Amino acid sequence: MIFRRKRAAGVLGPGRGSAKRTRGSEGKPGPVPGAMMGEGDMSEQIPAAGLPKSREPFIFNSRLNLTMLTGRSARDLAELLENLKVVPGSVIYNHTHRFLQQHTFLSPEPPNDFAFWVTNTLQEDILGEKLAAIDVIRYPTIRSLQEKLIETLEEYLDEHPDNLRTAPPGEEFYFMSSITFVLPTPYRAENLAEFVLALSKVSVHSLYYHMFESRLRIGRPSNDFSLWLDESLGEKQLARQLASLDPYTHTLEGLRQTVIRLVQRRLRTEALVP
Amino acid sequence: MQTHLLEEYVPVVGKNIIDELRTIGGKLAGKVVENINSTAVGGGVAEILNRMVPMLKELGVDARWEVIKGGADFYGVTKKFHNALHSAPEEITENDFRIYREHTEFLLNDTPLYGDYIFVHDPQPAGLIAKKKEIGKHWIWRCHIDVSHPHRDVWGFLKSMVDQYDATIFSAPQFAQKLAIPQAQIPPSIDPISDKNKDLPDDYIRSVMDRYSIPLDKPLITQVSRFDYLKDPIGVIEAFKLARRYVDCRLLLVGGSATDDPEGAKVLADVCERAQGNPDIHILELPPTSNLEINAIQRASTIVLQKSIKEGFGLTISEALWKKKPVIASAVGGIPLQITHKYSGILTHTIEGTAYWIKQLLQAPEFAQRLGENGHAHVRENFLLTRHLRDYMLVFLMLEFPNQDIVRLAA
Repeated sequence: MIFRRKRAAGVLGPGRGSAKRTRGSEGKPGPVPGAMMGEGDMSEQIPAAGLPKSREPFIFNSRLNLTMLTGRSARDLAELLENLKVVPGSVIYNHTHRFLQQHTFLSPEPPNDFAFWVTNTLQEDILGEKLAAIDVIRYPTIRSLQEKLIETLEEYLDEHPDNLRTAPPGEEFYFMSSITFVLPTPYRAENLAEFVLALSKVSVHSLYYHMFESRLRIGRPSNDFSLWLDESLGEKQLARQLASLDPYTHTLEGLRQTVIRLVQRRLRTEALVP
Repeated sequence: MQTHLLEEYVPVVGKNIIDELRTIGGKLAGKVVENINSTAVGGGVAEILNRMVPMLKELGVDARWEVIKGGADFYGVTKKFHNALHSAPEEITENDFRIYREHTEFLLNDTPLYGDYIFVHDPQPAGLIAKKKEIGKHWIWRCHIDVSHPHRDVWGFLKSMVDQYDATIFSAPQFAQKLAIPQAQIPPSIDPISDKNKDLPDDYIRSVMDRYSIPLDKPLITQVSRFDYLKDPIGVIEAFKLARRYVDCRLLLVGGSATDDPEGAKVLADVCERAQGNPDIHILELPPTSNLEINAIQRASTIVLQKSIKEGFGLTISEALWKKKPVIASAVGGIPLQITHKYSGILTHTIEGTAYWIKQLLQAPEFAQRLGENGHAHVRENFLLTRHLRDYMLVFLMLEFPNQDIVRLAA
C-alpha cells in the first residue's frame, strides 16, 4: 500500500460552525504495526494494483470530544422533560452517544443516559424501557431524536401524572454537551484493500467519527464508509451492508471487526482474490 | 529533562492515542501555558502537574509551573474555604475574606503572569484574575474540589472571581455551577508509568511491607489518603471493626500531608487514638513523595478503601483500580465516575455498608477479582494521563475557536 503525497479531494465537506476546512492529507505514510485483521490477513496478500481504484480517496479523520457542563440538572421526570425541551442538540447528542465513547469495550451498554437514569435512579422501569427502545439509528437529525424523547416522556407523564419519584441527592441527572474537534490522520485509501488495512489501524475515535458523528451530528445522509463505497467505488451492496448495521448494538472494537469482516468477505468473493 | 516521554505510553494506550496528542499539540506549538497553584508537593494537583508539564513540553507546548507564596494566615483561611466549599461546618468571618484579599494583593505583585494561557488551579490563586484587564490573555480556572454544595458566602466570594475567567473546569457534572462562562468537565487521571503506578516485582513489594512491619499473614484492607476529616479515617476504623467480627483481616491507614493543609497533624492524632490497642490496625505516615512505597502497599492490599465524606475525584481509587484491586468507596463527588457499582467496584454510603462489603468481598474472592479487572479496563479507557492531557489541550483550543460545537483542525 502506498500513501501518495499528492493532494486529493476528501470525502468530507465543511460542517456546521467549522472553523477550518479539512484538506486532502499530505501526511507521511502511516506505520504498519501489528494490526487486527480479523479473518486472516487477506488484504496484505492482495496486490493493490489489481483492485478497482476509487474516484476519490477515503481520507480518514478522527475526532475528540470535550465534555461541557450546562449547569442544568433534573431531579424528577417533570424536570427532565422541562430541560429536554430547551437544551440544544449538542446535549441530546452527548447523552445518546457518550456511553459508546466511555465504554468502548463493553456491550450491551445502556442505549442512552436518559434511559439509564430513569431506570436505575428513578426506578421507572416502564419509561426506562421505552426510552431505551428508541432506535437512534432511525433518526436522521438530532432534532428529530430530541422530539421523540420529548414525545415519549410527555406520553408517559400524561398517563402517570402523580407520585413522581425524586432522585436521591447527588444522583440528579446532569445535562452535558460536547464540543467535537475533528482531526486529520495519516490514513487514506483508494481501494478496498487499502481501506480494510487502514480500518485495522485507525483509532476508535476515527471509527466513531465516520460511523456516528458524520451522520447524526454533521448531517450526512449515511455513514461515511457507505457513502464512499457507493459513490467512489461503486460497491453498492457492500455500502448497503454497512449502512444496514445498527452500530449502537456493538462496542466500537466489535464494530471495527464487523466492518473489516464484511469488506474482507467482499474481497474474497467476486473473484477479487486470485 | 526526559525526551521521548510520550513513546513510553505507547505500550499502554496505543500509538493512535499518542499520534492524536501530537496532532493537537501541533496546533498549540509555541504557546505558553502557565500553571499556577499553591503547592509543589503533596496532593493530587502537584502530582498531575509534575507529569503533565514535561509531556506538554514534549508536544511542543511551552508549559510552565508557578507556585504562589503563602503563610500560615493565608493557608489557614484557604483551608477553611476548602472545608466550607465541601459543606463542612466552618465559621467564616469577614476577617477571613479580608486576609484572602490582602494576600491576593501581595500575590498580584509577586506572581509573574506571562502565559498565553494562564491556568489557575483551585481557590488559593483565584484572585490573580484581577490582572486580566491589564494583561489580557486566556484565563482558565481549574477547580479540583467538590463544590456541589458549597458554603454560600464562600462560593459567592469565589464566584465573583471565577466569573471573570474565560473558562472553568470541574471534575464531575454535579460540581457545575450557574456561570456565564464555559464549564468543561475534565476528571483527573493517573500516570500509568509513574513510580506510583508502574508494575513492581513481588520481592520489592514484600520488602516495603517488611520495612514498615505490616504483616501479610491475613487479608489487608487499606486506605491511602491525606489525614483529613473529609477522608473519614475514623469511619474507616469503625467499618473495619464491624467487619472484623466476621472476617479475620488487617487494616492499614496510610497518609501524609500537603504543605497547604494545617489540619493534618490533628487528624492523625485523632486516628491514632481511635486505633490504640488494636493489633490489627496499622497507621502509617509517609511523606507525600513516597510513590514507590504507596505503589507497593496498594499492590500488597487485598481490598482498597476510599471512604471519603467529600471527594473532588479520588485519584487513589484509579490507582488501585489500575492495579486490579477491588475498591470499596463512598458514592460521593467524582468517585462514581470511576466505579460502576458491582461492576468495577463497590459504592457505599455508610459505615455499615462499607463493613458489609469488606466482608462480602473477602468471602467471594473471584467476584472481587472480576471487579478489579473491570476497574482496570475502565481506568485504561478513561482515567489515564494521556486522556487528561488531551482534554486540557482541547480547552486551550476551545478558547481559540469560541462558540463552536464542531471545530475542524486542518492537517
